[in-house]
Amino acid sequence: MLAKRIIPCLDVRNGKVVKGINFEGIKDVGDPVEYAKLYNQQGADELVFYDITASHEGRGAMLDVVRETAKQVFVPLTVGGGISSIEDFRETLRAGADKISINSSAVKNPELISQAADIFGSQCVVVGMDVKRNKNDSFTVVINGGRIDTQKNAVEWAKKVQQLGAGEICLNSIDTDGTKAGFDIEMLNAICDVVTIPVIASGGCGNLGHFSEVFEKTKASAALAASLFHFKELTVSEVKDYLKNNSINVRGVK
Amino acid sequence: MIAIIDYGAGNLFSVKNALDYLNINSTITNKKEDIENADGLILPGVGAFPAAMKMLGKTGLIETIKEQTKQKPMLGICLGMQILFEKGYEFEEADGLSLINGKVDKIVDNGLIIPHMGWNKLEKQNDCPLMYNLPDEAYVYFVHSFQAYCKKENIAAYCEYGDIIPALVFEGNVYGAQFHPEKSGDVGLKILKNFESLLNQ
Repeated sequence: MLAKRIIPCLDVRNGKVVKGINFEGIKDVGDPVEYAKLYNQQGADELVFYDITASHEGRGAMLDVVRETAKQVFVPLTVGGGISSIEDFRETLRAGADKISINSSAVKNPELISQAADIFGSQCVVVGMDVKRNKNDSFTVVINGGRIDTQKNAVEWAKKVQQLGAGEICLNSIDTDGTKAGFDIEMLNAICDVVTIPVIASGGCGNLGHFSEVFEKTKASAALAASLFHFKELTVSEVKDYLKNNSINVRGVK
Repeated sequence: MIAIIDYGAGNLFSVKNALDYLNINSTITNKKEDIENADGLILPGVGAFPAAMKMLGKTGLIETIKEQTKQKPMLGICLGMQILFEKGYEFEEADGLSLINGKVDKIVDNGLIIPHMGWNKLEKQNDCPLMYNLPDEAYVYFVHSFQAYCKKENIAAYCEYGDIIPALVFEGNVYGAQFHPEKSGDVGLKILKNFESLLNQ
């Protein structure tokens, strides 16, 4: 049976790992390659590097990080942040990424999804969706790190990205991100119900119970967390042991 | 020396990285001599069946590959595994390399999430040297929407996803992994190491 995936995310700026709360209060803390190795040993099913610089210098440093990690860690690597063209895709995949996550650039230029899927295959196109809940309980897509509300209906956008050839959706709740109050179950269900591609749950995970909850109450294929692992509040192996004890199928660590 | 066959269809560097990490000598190549001189071959692949066969056809290497697999082991990975079969039905019917009997067609979805993406457990079907010394619970990383339909005798291991999906197949010197050993952690590295032990050296 297909295992539920646990994915640590590393926010990277100028080649260093950082973690912010609600996209603010960012501080530098470490070498991404070392984190990647550590998470791999703990049983991470995949790793995400998210480039929060999106500047020219930052990109070069990110590619070095990807190159070095791909030589030492043999699980899928996803890279996101500031990727907005086919050339960016090519360069990042060549550095050793297996998947590319696009977010704002997909909203601004939906054709990028289909072009990338045609050239490199759907398997490497992850569409990241930052979504917020509105007063009337509808969900809309926000971009630029949560600063701009596009007013785009998130459910319709999810259908659209699948139709354009995305291989996976990473759904991040902007409201719960960094709060540790748990994943937004309702938002996940709204999206999982309308697509057949895998959905990664992101934003809000704060304890072991939140991991089992997301797999018990939604069809999410994977759960992503950053600060929880980053600040060593939990290890990936603790999460997997806990899920296993709760009869959720995960890949054994050893 | 393993020749990783470069025909323009993906994941070459990941395979090379994994072999380098294991200190297994390899070269990425599209030259006939390299394939003839290699101790073993790896046929990678990402994308669609007909496009991959067209690209492989353009290299002019198909006959060389078929000939060489009579004398040395070859491992096809992901789409490189699928094109080992006789026919593929992705978008259109296309001929494969016909090194293993069977066809490649859609995963029967029955409401499943497609692509089959993530870690799934290998279940042993037949004894195969690539499976030696794996842990009891051997999970490997898959990402695909099409699968092989072939005889049980050619299946070394399968995984369960709705129905069953052939995961590791073989026929003589020819092996095929539907999953990505180069992305399957320690289990995947062990499988590549096992492949090395088959090389003509």
